[in-house]
Amino acid sequence: MNESASNQPTASAKKFAAGHFGDSVFKWITLFMALSVFVLIALIGWKLAGGSGIALRQFGWHFLVSSDWDPVNEEFGALPFIFGTVVSSAIALVIAVPLSIATAVYLTELAPLWIRQPLTIFIELLAAVPSVILGLWGIFVMIPWLSAYLFPFLQKTLGFLPLFQGPIYGPSILAGGIIIAIMIVPIITSVSREILRSVPGLQREAAYALGATRWEVTRIAVLSYAKKGLFGAVILGLGRALGETMAVTMVIGNSPQITKSLFAPGYTLASVVANEFSEATNDTYLSALFEIGLVLLGVTVLVNIFAQLLLKTFAGPGVKPQQ
Amino acid sequence: MKKIILSILCCLFAATIISHAQLINGAGSSFDYPAFTKWFEAYGQVDSTVHFNYQSIGSGAGQQQLLKQTVNFGASDAPMSDANLAKAPGKILHIPVVAGGVAITYNLPDNPKLKLDSDTIANLYLGNITKWNDPKIAALNPSVNLPDLPVIPVHRSDGSGTSFIFTDYLSSVNPAWADTVGKGTSVKWPAGIGLGAKGSEGVSGQVRQLPGAVGYVELAYADKNKMPFADVKNASGNFISPAPDSVSAALATATIPDDFRFSMVNAPGDKAYPIAGASWVLVYQQQNDSKRGKKLVDFLKWAVTEGQKLSPALDYAPLPDNVQSRELDLIGTIKY
Repeated sequence: MNESASNQPTASAKKFAAGHFGDSVFKWITLFMALSVFVLIALIGWKLAGGSGIALRQFGWHFLVSSDWDPVNEEFGALPFIFGTVVSSAIALVIAVPLSIATAVYLTELAPLWIRQPLTIFIELLAAVPSVILGLWGIFVMIPWLSAYLFPFLQKTLGFLPLFQGPIYGPSILAGGIIIAIMIVPIITSVSREILRSVPGLQREAAYALGATRWEVTRIAVLSYAKKGLFGAVILGLGRALGETMAVTMVIGNSPQITKSLFAPGYTLASVVANEFSEATNDTYLSALFEIGLVLLGVTVLVNIFAQLLLKTFAGPGVKPQQ
Repeated sequence: MKKIILSILCCLFAATIISHAQLINGAGSSFDYPAFTKWFEAYGQVDSTVHFNYQSIGSGAGQQQLLKQTVNFGASDAPMSDANLAKAPGKILHIPVVAGGVAITYNLPDNPKLKLDSDTIANLYLGNITKWNDPKIAALNPSVNLPDLPVIPVHRSDGSGTSFIFTDYLSSVNPAWADTVGKGTSVKWPAGIGLGAKGSEGVSGQVRQLPGAVGYVELAYADKNKMPFADVKNASGNFISPAPDSVSAALATATIPDDFRFSMVNAPGDKAYPIAGASWVLVYQQQNDSKRGKKLVDFLKWAVTEGQKLSPALDYAPLPDNVQSRELDLIGTIKY
């Protein structure tokens, strides 16, 4: 008995011998990688806060509500940029969300099998177009077309709304919103497609069994089930819309003003930083631009928190977004 | 595998050879970037032991890099402010190396040649003149059939030396502009008037697309892209076309103080083009590395004399002789 007891390896030696050491190393490495992302975001926020110190002390809350952007007299206010960012992103969502979700529904439910893969490839190709190229296309192709056809049409039919009154130049908040919509359609479509594909077939079959029509099956069994995931896809698209810089700055007209008309030029937070950063010669100016970056980071974080809170109110099962 | 090792060894060998050459780093304005590119290439024939590296990141960034001493020279379209000079660890010299003009371009049917003066240009950008057939423009252009189009002024949305020269000109000739807008690489353009576009290519793109638009671009840009530009009335009352010789004429008659921080807008000469400005190389008077300092001084001496012969081909105005000799004296004070 004693012989066999002393021949048994101890518990820790067993663990070592069985290779669990490698597992814990793997665990620590992946934990390190995950934490490093968090650390990177924290460092970015830290640097932005540090760089905007001068402007924060000088302007305080006034920065968020003032419309005065005057580098010569060193008066800075971010309100027109916040307005431009929020409005252009909202327009982009209004255009892109129905388009993307409808495309995703078509691709998963209604399209013949042979067309699904090629169509998906085309949509993903749109995501691969660089932002600058899209901006160039926007200036030379999209804007002339918009100012010749779409904008006058909107003004004629919906001109009673103050949104569609005012002179038409071409570069405008509406043009900015449209180009952001083009950029976020691929993302929302891809993620929505994945979400809709993961809806269990059982749901659809159950709906059919109850006598639902094609549309009712899609509405009741698929879309309702996937609500949470689709919402997550929209938030992903919104995140991209808020930060989009180059394409927007080329078509939005770069004029810091708050107007009712969608045909008027506007300015976004990301555009002003891209345009003015390299020539900011004095400390207050540079610091004000850092603070714009901080505001953009803050807006993005707030939108994401708000979205997560909204997600929690969507009770029920549903497919979680694979973010 | 052997081929890869061999090619890596060759690259390292080449790198060691190149590293024996002196490397001089500069950064700053994009206005004189074409001039620097041409000069570095031409100077390579004169002295092949020195290598240059220039980053066209903007005047403001160029000044910042020089203050942090991460580059050996900076290039800026606006002179450094007193505040920035006070922050520098040593005395910084301003050496003008190019002068260029800013052309006023426009989009009107039939492409007429317009004559404009300082008040008209200021009022176009202030929003006081809203249509092209306004009596003030018609008075300067009696033979032109001006259309009933709304005026759309286009400005630079990015901070730029071209904007600096343009707003400097408007501030010095129009008190209303000086009070409300002022001058700078980035200014608060009158709200709701016109559009901003990024870069000279943005401004020219907008002007070409929008009938009734007016914009300002570097002369070199307007020439290369065959854009129409206006004749502007100068301080002597003559309507002058922007060209390298009219910009040189402005430089010859401008008042240049000893520290070379000057403005040459609205220069008094007969043939001077009023909307013109210089671009400076910024260097420390006391160079830290004596070998590199000597190479830099030799290059600067070449650039303000021999290099000026290459300027007109790039649509810059060459420095006149009296300015060249004053600059050689200034460069002579650099110690290494």
